[in-house]
Parts: sequence; C-alpha cells; structure tokens
Amino acid sequence: MILLDIHKVLHGSQGALHLDVQLEIQKGEFVVIMGESGAGKTTLLRVLAGLEKAEGKIEVEGVHWLSENKMLACQKRNIGFVFQDYALFEHMTVEQNLLFVKEDKNLAERLLELTELSALAKRNVKSLSGGQKQRVSLCRAMMHKPKLLLMDEPLSSLDEKMRSKLQAEIAKLHRLFGTTTIMVSHDADASYALADRIVVLDQGKVIKDGTKDEVLKKEQKMVYSLYI
Amino acid sequence: MMIDLAPFLLSFKLAGLTTVILFVLALPLSWYLSQTQSRAKPVLEALTALPIVLPPSVIGFYILIVLSPNSALGGFFEDLFGVKLVFSFTGLVVASCFYSLPFMVQPLQSGFESLNKHMLEASYLAGKSTLQTLWHVALPNMKPALLTALIITFAHTVGEFGVVLMVGGSIPGETKVASVAIYEMVEVMAYGQAHIYSAIMVLMSFVVLLCVYIFNHKQKKIGIL
Repeated sequence: MILLDIHKVLHGSQGALHLDVQLEIQKGEFVVIMGESGAGKTTLLRVLAGLEKAEGKIEVEGVHWLSENKMLACQKRNIGFVFQDYALFEHMTVEQNLLFVKEDKNLAERLLELTELSALAKRNVKSLSGGQKQRVSLCRAMMHKPKLLLMDEPLSSLDEKMRSKLQAEIAKLHRLFGTTTIMVSHDADASYALADRIVVLDQGKVIKDGTKDEVLKKEQKMVYSLYI
Repeated sequence: MMIDLAPFLLSFKLAGLTTVILFVLALPLSWYLSQTQSRAKPVLEALTALPIVLPPSVIGFYILIVLSPNSALGGFFEDLFGVKLVFSFTGLVVASCFYSLPFMVQPLQSGFESLNKHMLEASYLAGKSTLQTLWHVALPNMKPALLTALIITFAHTVGEFGVVLMVGGSIPGETKVASVAIYEMVEVMAYGQAHIYSAIMVLMSFVVLLCVYIFNHKQKKIGIL
C-alpha cells in the first residue's frame, strides 16, 4: 500500500500553486490522474519518483520514501517511469536500453516479445517511430520489476492507431506483472479503459477520487468538456 | 635546411598533458555548472571564463607570483618534491591548465546542458549513480561537444605564447615550445626558418579544426537519419 501526504509550492505562470495531495493507493491498483494543464499532475509523479523535493510523507509498503527528516534517493525507490518524451538512451540499441537497467536477458526478451518488438532488438532507438520508442520506454521501465510504475502522459504524443496499441500493451503488462501503476493522462477513453480508479486534480488539490465509473461516467460530460 | 622538431614535440607534450589533466579536472566542474541552480553559479562561470578576456601577460604575471619559490605554493613544492614551478616544464603545465580551462569547461558544460534532462533522470531511476550516468549516458550522447572540448583545448595550448613565455622563458628542450621558437627566429630575423615553423603550425591547426568540423557534421547527419 502507498500512503501519500505531500505539500509543495509551485511557481507557475499564474502565480503560486499549492500542491496538497493526500492519497492511499492499494497494491496492484491502476490509478489515472487527470486534470487541467498546470494542476500539478506531473509534479506529483516527480515527487513520488524522488525527482523533486516536497514536504510531507510518502510511505510505500512500510518503507518511508519521504518523511520529515529524510528523502530516499530516487535510485533506491525501485520505480519504473515512462516519460512523455520517451527519454531513451539514444546511443544504445533497443536491447541495450533494457539491459542498462538490469542485466536480465530473459526478462528483456520476454518484454520485447510481449510488446512485439523482438525484431527491433538490435536496432538503434534513434531509428524507431514514436510509438515504438514509447513501447521501448515501457519495457525499460518494467526491467527491474518495479514496485511502482509511473507514466507521464505516455499516449499523448502518439497517433490514434499507435495509442490504442500501446494502451493494449500497458493493460497486458499490468495484468501480467500486477504492478501498482499511476498514469497521468488527458485521454478520457484511455483512462476509462485502463483505470481501476481515477483521481482528478485541480489547482493542486484532489477534487474527484473514485472508481472510473463514478468519476467518468456520471461526470462524463463535465470531464469531456474539461479535457477534450 | 634541417628543421629542429624539438619545439614542436615539446608543444605537443605540453598540449597533450594539459588536455588530459584539464579533462579530469573540468569534467566534475562543468557537470556541476550544468546541473546546479546555486547562486554561486555565475560567479564560478565568470571565474572560469576569465582567461578568455585577460591579456596573457596578466595571467602569466599572477601565475609567476603564485608559483615562484618565494611564494607559499612554490616554496612548498620546491621544499617537498624538489620541483621548480617557474621556468620549468612542470610550471608550463600548471600555467597552461589555468589558461586553457575555459576551452575545456565551456564546450563540456554546454554539451551537458543540451542533453535531455529526462534521459539523465531515467538513468537515476534505473538505480545508476551520478558517476555511472555521467560516464555511460551523458558523455556518449554529447560526442561532438566532447571532441570539441578536447581538440580545442589541445589546439589552444599548442597556440599559447604570452603565458608560456612569461612563466617558462625559453629553455631549449624544457620550455622552448614552437610558438616561442618562432618569436625568437623573427627576433633574430631568421625569416626562412620562421616561415617553415609558422607554415607547419598553420597547416596543423587547419587539419585539426577540419577534422573536428567533419566529425561534428557527420554526427549531425547520423542524428537526422
């Protein structure tokens, strides 16, 4: 279980924004975080990953990642992170990107097979399409069987066809590995398809938190008007 | 006419050593400058860039004072290791490291700054330390900047004159590098020899720079493909 109670002041173009988030996330849960641009979604992910400082506490399966006097280094958190811009190691091949995280050839082969990338294993990542790059990024994030998988709008830079393919692969990997997953997304359809639970952030605060049916179906009109 | 190659060899030895030492010293400094948001950053950047704007005579003058046997540092080295830091090859290396510092730091810093920040973060999240990230992720992704830093530092050290003359003088085989040798030839009006030495310097510098530009051009092409 993940217990999160964080506070951080962000300085954006529209003045100071107080990010105040309290969440309790169950093991294996797939949570989608939605909200307008500048609501603090990405910052929340980055604080969870240990890439940004914040006040408060984060406890993951009994281990303190963040407390009053200590912040666990991001290297020690065992997190998988999928960035919106892929952030692949561009001088390496697909396979090398995965093996850089962990020298586990069997797992790398299995992940590439699951995402239908085996034929591209020896290709340099620079030569791949956007969709392929994002799938490599997803595989790389799974290489050390993370406790927590964080994804920052992984679908947003892809076209419709690629988006549904990646969406299916995210669902497949989540089903197989059972990793607790938090994904930031603007895409209501993908969120509905993938999420167990949807959290809506506005101005740094949680304004909606419930199952996908509670948040999206009942409020579909409102949500669609907000995000699409 | 026999050409004495000793000054050239000395220039290369000096430039090679300076480049290696500066690479080791400048790597952590340029990495720090590229990653920090500290208020001390502009101060450090200005200090690092000073040798670009200062007359070589000013740098040479201060280095002479700091390294002279009467100074604390110079005295320490002479007493403890028996090494003379002025009018010696060791002194030239120390002086060159100061003089060429910005030519190593600045290309490396801008190379680090141009890297995708998320790519470095992905390495940290994969459990890699800063040193591992620097070596296995950052440097291989900024080869043009790396090559520019190394070659320009080397070439700039070969081209040094003022600082070298002030700190090293002109001791054959010890501190008489190519640029100082040419100066002396012109002084004694040995224009024929000065021409040959100068032509070698021009040709060498051009070939080195041409190689850098060809390499960088190729890297860009690979990046596009």
